[in-house]
Amino acid sequence: MSETATGSTEPAPPRPSSTSGATIQLEDLSKSYPGSPSPAVDGVSMDIKAGETVILVGPSGCGKSTTLKMINRLIEPTSGRIRINDEDVTDMDPVKLRRKIGYAIQSSGLFPHMTVAENIALVPKMTGWSKSGVKDRVEEMLDLVGLDPREFHGRYPRQLSGGQQQRVGVARALAADPPVLLMDEPFGAVDPITRDHLQDELIRLQHELHKTIVFVTHDFDEAIKLGDRIAVLRERSHIAQFDTPEAILTNPTDDFVSGFVGAGAALKRLNLTRVRDVGIADFPTVTVEDPLQSIFNKLRDGQHNELLMLDRRNRPYKWLRRGDLMRAKGSLARAGQLVHDTVTRDATLHDALEAVLTDSGGRVAVTGRRGEFIGVVDMHTLMNSVQELLEADRLAAMEHRHDLEELRVHRTEQELEGGGSGL
Amino acid sequence: MNFWEYVGTRHQQLLTDTYQHASAVFQCMVIATLLGVLIGVVSYRSSWGGSLAITSTSAILTIPSLAAIGLLIPLVGLGVPPTVIILTLYGLLPVVRNCIVGLRGVDPSLVDAAKGIGMSRMRRLLKVELPLAWPPILTGIRVSTQMLMGIAAIAAYASGPGLGNEIFGGLASLGSANAINKVLAGTIGIVILALLFDAAYVLLGRLTIPRGIRV
Ligand SMILES: Nc1ncnc2c1ncn2[C@@H]1O[C@H](COP(=O)(O)OP(=O)(O)OP(=O)(O)O)[C@@H](O)[C@H]1O
Ligand SMILES: [Mg+2]
Repeated sequence: MSETATGSTEPAPPRPSSTSGATIQLEDLSKSYPGSPSPAVDGVSMDIKAGETVILVGPSGCGKSTTLKMINRLIEPTSGRIRINDEDVTDMDPVKLRRKIGYAIQSSGLFPHMTVAENIALVPKMTGWSKSGVKDRVEEMLDLVGLDPREFHGRYPRQLSGGQQQRVGVARALAADPPVLLMDEPFGAVDPITRDHLQDELIRLQHELHKTIVFVTHDFDEAIKLGDRIAVLRERSHIAQFDTPEAILTNPTDDFVSGFVGAGAALKRLNLTRVRDVGIADFPTVTVEDPLQSIFNKLRDGQHNELLMLDRRNRPYKWLRRGDLMRAKGSLARAGQLVHDTVTRDATLHDALEAVLTDSGGRVAVTGRRGEFIGVVDMHTLMNSVQELLEADRLAAMEHRHDLEELRVHRTEQELEGGGSGL
Repeated sequence: MNFWEYVGTRHQQLLTDTYQHASAVFQCMVIATLLGVLIGVVSYRSSWGGSLAITSTSAILTIPSLAAIGLLIPLVGLGVPPTVIILTLYGLLPVVRNCIVGLRGVDPSLVDAAKGIGMSRMRRLLKVELPLAWPPILTGIRVSTQMLMGIAAIAAYASGPGLGNEIFGGLASLGSANAINKVLAGTIGIVILALLFDAAYVLLGRLTIPRGIRV
């Protein structure tokens, strides 16, 4: 498998061909299945901004998929309206509508009798792209989702791993460059490690493409990781809370939401911040090529208790403490402790904390793209940052509430005035 | 005269009969396939439509073919017409049934995906559902063909073409010199034809079942 390493989310230059997101408005959307007494979705209203990733999360059977499928009218709403980019699409020809909306599902939905390339080419072909245009697009899309076009082009879906199938599924959904992408538990059926990679890839993709994504999951951690905003749904798709991950973690509106957030909201908060956002401290270093004597001197002159030794390519290699050299009788090869864990600047604080906790010295080396040393993060920094984060979240939430109240007051005043001048 | 001598002297007639037998079965099979798939496609979505199609085609099968031919003769006369009608009708059932089962067996999430990416009803059917249902349909065609090989022999009763003439001729003159040889030649000819057709279907399967779903 060609999964790339976690956290490699460097934004590539934006593609000129790419259409960015559209707004989506759901207005009082309901669905009653024939024969069932209560509606499966009961009056959802939702404003989704262009280029935003919105996650629908909630317990099984609460109507997430039904809500999602009403957006591309795979399920026809019983009542309510759907607007995309302010255009009412509730009565539009569904086939035409769907060609402008990417759709990716849990089982990947790849057609087993078509090759990877044929699967990806489907929508561009249907929308009348030229033959060479389609061909180029297929290569471009495979590239985009991190699969080597030459290797995967002619394969059949069953010759791919689950993770690769999902990538192709996403490539197919994006092939005709739709402004909107709907995803129904797309990573629900792959193992946790692959899921993690796929999520990172989606974040990277979205960084480049700025589509409007509506993503269904019942995994709250996935929601936190991917969402710009999260809609926590209770039964019949009633919105319990629709807000940023930070706000939901620090200020769940009620017991249902906090129950869904689960234990450890503060810990989950760590997933929302990256190492690059906290203080990365300097650390004294030496390299393996330094003469032994100078290393000795550095350790002995009293300023540092510990040094980090880097290898020839500036990558963290060994932690050296005062006395280590002594005990090893002056042999560098035997002295010190090998660095066994590093994090990148894109790693989450959660990963960093994990690394710090398992490190005997309580710190972890931060590395750049090619593994070169940048600095260290330690327990102390992490604790301070987390406390600051939580405090800031709390303040923001209070301010937000305050703003809302003010707005309400303002509106009421305006209405009163409006009523007066109308006479 | 032993069997081989019989075949040697009558090979011209035997070849003609074999050819006509094969040709009748083949042509009727083509009609049965087209009709059967059409019936399947029209009826697989509704539960009663599907059952109606399957029950009515299997009702045809319960009528002994000899009786059916006998009943047809007053209506359409002797020769080719009753043969074609009987073969086509009997050939329908396995095709219709396997077509319905095959189309219903297509993974609903794939149909959902096909809809979701904006395929029209027709395109979905032609590009996704039928190709995925093709292996069971082909099996149905194969089973039908085997069955028609035998039924086609009955056509001789209505003065139809084919190897049935040998068999019926033999049976009618039991006790005469070549009676057994005639029956034997007709029967063996049918068995050989059946084997050849089967081989052809294996080849057809190789050529038409997409590589991605070949087992
Ligand atoms: N085709 C259908 N006919 C009748 N009822 C349905 C149909 N599809 C879904 N439902 C019902 O509608 C409700 C919402 O279903 P939906 O599939 O939207 O849930 P979900 O939130 O996606 O659940 P999950 O997380 O398990 O996928 C459920 O109670 C389900 O039983
Ligand atoms: Mg669902």
